[in-house]
Amino acid sequence: MQFLDFEKPLEDLYAQINKLKDMSSKNQVDVSNSIRELESAIETTRTNIYSNLTPWQKVQLSRHPERPYTLYYIEKMFTGFNELYGDRQVKDDKAMIGGMAMLNGMPVMIIGQQKGINTKMRQMRNFGMANPEGYRKALRLMKIAEKFNHPIITLIDTPGAYPGIEAEERGQGEAIARNLFEMVNLRVPVICVVIGEGASGGALGIGIGDRVCMLENTWYTVISPESCSSILWRSWSFKEKAAEQLKLTSENMSSFGLVDEVIPEPVGGAHSNPEGMATTLKAFLIKTIGELNKIDPDTRIEQRIEKFSKMGFYEEAE
Amino acid sequence: MSSTWFRRMKKGILTSTDEKLEAPDGIWHKCPECKATSTVKELHDNAYVCLKCNYHNRINAVEYFELLFDNNEYEALFENIKPRDMLGFLDLKPYDARLKDAQRTTGLTDAMTVGVGTINNQEIVIACMNFNFIGGSMGSVVGEKIARGIDFAILHKMPFMIISKSGGARMMESAFSLMQMAKTSAKLTQLAKARLPYISLMTDPTTGGVTASYAMLGDINIAEPKALIGFAGPRVIKETIKKDLPAGFQRSDFLLEHGFLDFIVDRTNLKYKLSQVLEWFVK
Ligand SMILES: [Zn+2]
Repeated sequence: MQFLDFEKPLEDLYAQINKLKDMSSKNQVDVSNSIRELESAIETTRTNIYSNLTPWQKVQLSRHPERPYTLYYIEKMFTGFNELYGDRQVKDDKAMIGGMAMLNGMPVMIIGQQKGINTKMRQMRNFGMANPEGYRKALRLMKIAEKFNHPIITLIDTPGAYPGIEAEERGQGEAIARNLFEMVNLRVPVICVVIGEGASGGALGIGIGDRVCMLENTWYTVISPESCSSILWRSWSFKEKAAEQLKLTSENMSSFGLVDEVIPEPVGGAHSNPEGMATTLKAFLIKTIGELNKIDPDTRIEQRIEKFSKMGFYEEAE
Repeated sequence: MSSTWFRRMKKGILTSTDEKLEAPDGIWHKCPECKATSTVKELHDNAYVCLKCNYHNRINAVEYFELLFDNNEYEALFENIKPRDMLGFLDLKPYDARLKDAQRTTGLTDAMTVGVGTINNQEIVIACMNFNFIGGSMGSVVGEKIARGIDFAILHKMPFMIISKSGGARMMESAFSLMQMAKTSAKLTQLAKARLPYISLMTDPTTGGVTASYAMLGDINIAEPKALIGFAGPRVIKETIKKDLPAGFQRSDFLLEHGFLDFIVDRTNLKYKLSQVLEWFVK
């Protein structure tokens, strides 16, 4: 188990339990009562910590190394997953994955950014930062889904689109812009869920849907708190403050009407009970696709355009 | 010329002539690129392009409109839409104060000005960004003015053009600024369905969320010479890859060679080129 800095009290309690267990096996003493007490203390402490998370702590949670990534959800929620590779132009982008899958017997196209689960994989997945070919692959798969009239599910988890020389040569800006433009008019239901980090245009590039949702302990905004700190505060050390000011939590985003729904996580975050999280998400997807299927495609598109067109705040004189 | 906007303009509800920058002779300008000096008048008469080295000085909507609209006659649209600090964003300075400062120093309401007028007698709606207003950053007002400009163009069946000049999204509006990318792209699909031309002109600089939305979505994407155009800023890329960037990286020629621009146009030739293109589109 890996603990974040604000989980220190939990870490201490777990350490005490381990100590007791060691002691009892060495000295043959019964410590079950003390262990039970410690376990209930863990539950209370966990609930306390998790009901008072700061925005920055939520950002930390969204990046927890044990947090489930796209492939985990695919494995748990779907059957018959067939990954589809490549953008048909340049290469296959390992930071963006997708493919055919069955959700409760229903064909869907699943697409998402994928982070690596260890050092080697993190490099291979480019830390979940897609290049233009990733966005173009995503669009290619969406078009297949549209052609065969199957819903599209995107799972968003990225610290941003990759800022590199090749990315610019191959038109990172154009690739994202094209996706926004094309996703607006997809004739099939589109559900987007932020499962970890929702950073900027890199997240939005697969984020135009009939329902855009966030798992409880995720964030979604225009820039990472670190970069925001470095630009606006001219120092890297105001990330907590930036996270606060950006109002980037699922609660904030839902109150602004910029996301449609927040999906609750298990107490202790998605990583403390990944299976539970996948079960909740799966049920949500089945229910939501059912609702969206009842709306005819033209109305769905109209509502999608209407929703995004309303976003923004300004004063209007007269 | 029978459309409503033109009649209203003729009645004198709004023209831009009083906003026109005075360009008296005798005041000298030094080119930031080649250091050559010219009078401000000479520079103005050459579309703010250096007579010696062709450096395109950064200009804002008022100057573009004077350059493009016939007789500098146009109606500024949606000027009643003003920014609001809804999040109470505070970094080293409150966003509210930043807005007031920018409004005071520029005389503008926000980083976007929309005008309707004619280019060589062809009607067009132009949305032009003002880089002098908080770095031309894209916030809710920029997105809303584009949205309404598109509605106006659809209603009056006119071509639409955006002149981009922006550092990207306005961080002080957080996710609201991000969603302007989605909003403007969604509105552009409506313009496309109405089969009205959309011309995107990228000028120095066009980066971030602006590049990753409306700037790259033109029926034709064009740019001024040597404009910086990209998704990630050069500084960020340099820090990420820890290498020096090649010469000319993310400049107009680079984008054209990689297939992302239809053509590059000198500002002195912009009006002529646009009227050619508009004629092709609408004929
Ligand atoms: Zn010069």
